[in-house]
Amino acid sequence: MNLDQISIVAVYSALAVYALAFLAFAADLLKATRADAVEASGANAAPRRSLARIAVALTVVAWLLHLSADVLRGVAAGRVPWANMYEFAVTGTLMVVTVFLVVLKFAKLDLRFLGSFVLGLVLLLLGAAAVNFYREIAPLPPALQDIWLVIHVFVASTSVGFYTIGCGLSVVQLLQARREARAAAPAAVKIPVAVGAGADGAAGSAEASGGVSTKRLALTAIPNSQVLENLAFRVTVVGFILWTFTLMAGAIWAEKAWGRYWGWDTKEVWTFIIWVIYAGYLHARSTRGWAGTRSAWLAIIGFAAVMFNFTIVNMFFKGLHTYSGL
Amino acid sequence: MVSYQPSNNSDASAEPAGADPHRPSDHVDSAAPAERAGEASGAVTQPKLGVIGWLRFAWRQLTSMRTAILLLLLLAIAAVPGSLVPQRSSDPNGVSQYFASNPDTAPIMDKFQLFDVYSSAWFSAVYLLLFISLIGCIVPRTKHHLAAMRARPPKTPARLERLPAYTERMLSDGASIDDELDRAAAYLRRQGYRVDRLGPDAATGSAGSVAAERGYLRETGNLVFHVALVGILAAVAVGGGFGFTGQRVVVTGQSFVNTLAAYDSFNPGRFFSPDTLTPYAVTLRDFDVTYETKNQSALGQPIDFTAHVDVTDQTKVAQPGQIKVNQPLRTHDTDLYLLGNGYAPTITVRDPAGKVVFTDSVPFLPQTANLTSVGVVKVPDGLAKQLGMVGFFYPTQTVLASGAFTSDYPDLVYPVLTLNVYEGDLGINAGAPKSVYALDTTGMTQLTGGKTGVKSLELKPGETAQLPGGRGSVTFENESPSGTNANDLSHSVKRFASLEIHRDPSQGWVLAFAILIMVGLALSLFVPRRRIWVKALAVSQLADAPVLQFAGLARGDDPRLDAAVGAVATKLVGEVHDLPERTLET
Repeated sequence: MNLDQISIVAVYSALAVYALAFLAFAADLLKATRADAVEASGANAAPRRSLARIAVALTVVAWLLHLSADVLRGVAAGRVPWANMYEFAVTGTLMVVTVFLVVLKFAKLDLRFLGSFVLGLVLLLLGAAAVNFYREIAPLPPALQDIWLVIHVFVASTSVGFYTIGCGLSVVQLLQARREARAAAPAAVKIPVAVGAGADGAAGSAEASGGVSTKRLALTAIPNSQVLENLAFRVTVVGFILWTFTLMAGAIWAEKAWGRYWGWDTKEVWTFIIWVIYAGYLHARSTRGWAGTRSAWLAIIGFAAVMFNFTIVNMFFKGLHTYSGL
Repeated sequence: MVSYQPSNNSDASAEPAGADPHRPSDHVDSAAPAERAGEASGAVTQPKLGVIGWLRFAWRQLTSMRTAILLLLLLAIAAVPGSLVPQRSSDPNGVSQYFASNPDTAPIMDKFQLFDVYSSAWFSAVYLLLFISLIGCIVPRTKHHLAAMRARPPKTPARLERLPAYTERMLSDGASIDDELDRAAAYLRRQGYRVDRLGPDAATGSAGSVAAERGYLRETGNLVFHVALVGILAAVAVGGGFGFTGQRVVVTGQSFVNTLAAYDSFNPGRFFSPDTLTPYAVTLRDFDVTYETKNQSALGQPIDFTAHVDVTDQTKVAQPGQIKVNQPLRTHDTDLYLLGNGYAPTITVRDPAGKVVFTDSVPFLPQTANLTSVGVVKVPDGLAKQLGMVGFFYPTQTVLASGAFTSDYPDLVYPVLTLNVYEGDLGINAGAPKSVYALDTTGMTQLTGGKTGVKSLELKPGETAQLPGGRGSVTFENESPSGTNANDLSHSVKRFASLEIHRDPSQGWVLAFAILIMVGLALSLFVPRRRIWVKALAVSQLADAPVLQFAGLARGDDPRLDAAVGAVATKLVGEVHDLPERTLET
């Protein structure tokens, strides 16, 4: 077996362990639901989250496998392992998990509830990469032989890592805001769900008016929407700064390689669109009427654009950034 | 403009009544906006606005944060079609193809400038409105910030314990309140705070206090970020107009002189003057290519292209230089980029008497990764009728199952040139410009290939073929250097480099503004702006001893406010002893 083949084995092993970790995170969320229900009915013992601890441990193991897969691919190729779609996906998802683990370690809050979201996304992307995007190692085309490949793509991947966590937090923030709005609404009166619920509030307003349902209780173990919003903002802001740098580094490199720093190439267009959406998010967050639910939606839309840029644009759009190798 | 203020910030309550809610909380208007802008919409008697009033109203709407957000989102949406539809600026061939395959819809789309999205009226309108809104926000905020930087820190509030970060410490016996407050002031000053030492105030029970504020750089960074955005736009709009972009194909051994006439295509900026072209010449001495030969899964993939050039001007002898992808040659205020390369077979045409009527290395444009290339040869004079040839060049020829030729390797292993010959009117006598890469065969008779029944001319380097009907001959010259083994054809065909020559005087400015954007952004997001107050109470409610109160207020996102307040308290008085710490969660 050569190094690349070992790398592939490591990728699949990482996938298997990520899948186990994902299941453990999901089971933990389910269990938290029941524990909360018990807690709400009077029992006071804090739920022991052994499943979450197992999930984190599995994630770390999978991350180590993932890291070694990426490093081995790089060593086998004799260059940085991010020069085609397969490698972008392997490195990108590695950065997503890395940022997740770093935030888990350093955030003051317990963010393990994000595990199923993050690992679900990683499983999807890394799985698709391993099954559909895999390509044999090829040398770098002249256009990619530059130090900016190392910087530009790596910073972009890291930025996506932060955006992912920010998006996950924003999703949970929306769920929390909805729950809070219902809890705050007088139980007997059927009123439309307040501002926080947003567009899809109508779906469950009848249920909410009857009191707080057990299902929603899973979220009581999770910080309130304001705390989530603040944290989502801090994480997304790091992503935004890295994204700004990605855009500029890309422009400097484009000047060197293509003779112009900006030419509205499809990938440049989408990088710009993402930047503008997140700029809108930053502004929204400091504007009354937009802060909270609406800004959270912007963070989610921004992340959807990131995913679109990474998948659809890379694979189907014509342009100068045609390095997917597919 | 962004102050990055969370919506629940308690500072909001400190806003002057009537302030525009879309302004940052530290924004102060010169007059109450509600009166000027006629926002008292619910009022029964509305004051008449008049023209000035409506203009003011429109201006306030445009510069409001809500409008800015909508314009940002609109800008994002407006940018999308340019990635779905081919653009003239980046993909002119794609536009032609689109017109050819959608003859009905394309002209309508063109009316809406969908092939020029980024220079279209509607896209420009969005970003120009956005920038006007931005400037309308920067100016008052800059004024306000300049005033704030000169102002003293805000006075100590009456009830510090209500602030979001709060702690208190009992002073040890015998400690002097004044000394403690002086120490606090000195400590905070060392920490980079602007400090104001205030005396006792009977109304609030204060026995003296310290007011401190830090983090003005946050707003400075914010302003720098936004001003630099305007700077980039200005640099691109104005500076870019003085530059130019030109393309030129140069065959090895040939030269190119930096004059307007020498360019194959030339795109001047709005304010460009041809006098600004520096006279110099570039000779393509040699062109090196390296293709992958070992890795079976990437066989023939390009590894390296290097153009070896000599640069000459009036004063100096030839300066050797090289141009590679990712390594432009910067000389004489211009940048030379290597955008492409290919083969330029040297073709000689002789008349029936054997006299040379045409000889040139003709650039053939690559069509595939393995450099199957297409070129056109035009022989206007010297033969009975004008002659045109459409040629295919295969650096490593192979025959497909269908019988068609193709190339399966980009380098010269088994080079073959095929030519379809046409006779008649080339259409160039009228003086109208014609592309050298296309042959208009209307009014011409095909002599070889296609349906003529005569086989296309098929040549290997060094071979000569007779034109049908004794019209003369065509030779595919072997350009291998003398002394080369006859079987080694690796240098038998000349190569060309497709160069882009480019001057953009604004590029340095754009880079400088880009760096300012990064710096400004980082400052505006990471520098915490906070106010800290230390107040002494001669007698506290909890104990019969003097107490020092410490409180902090964040302006914008500040996760470390509690820690900062706690650190000041601990530094000055030490850890909590008998008083419960009442630091609140943010």
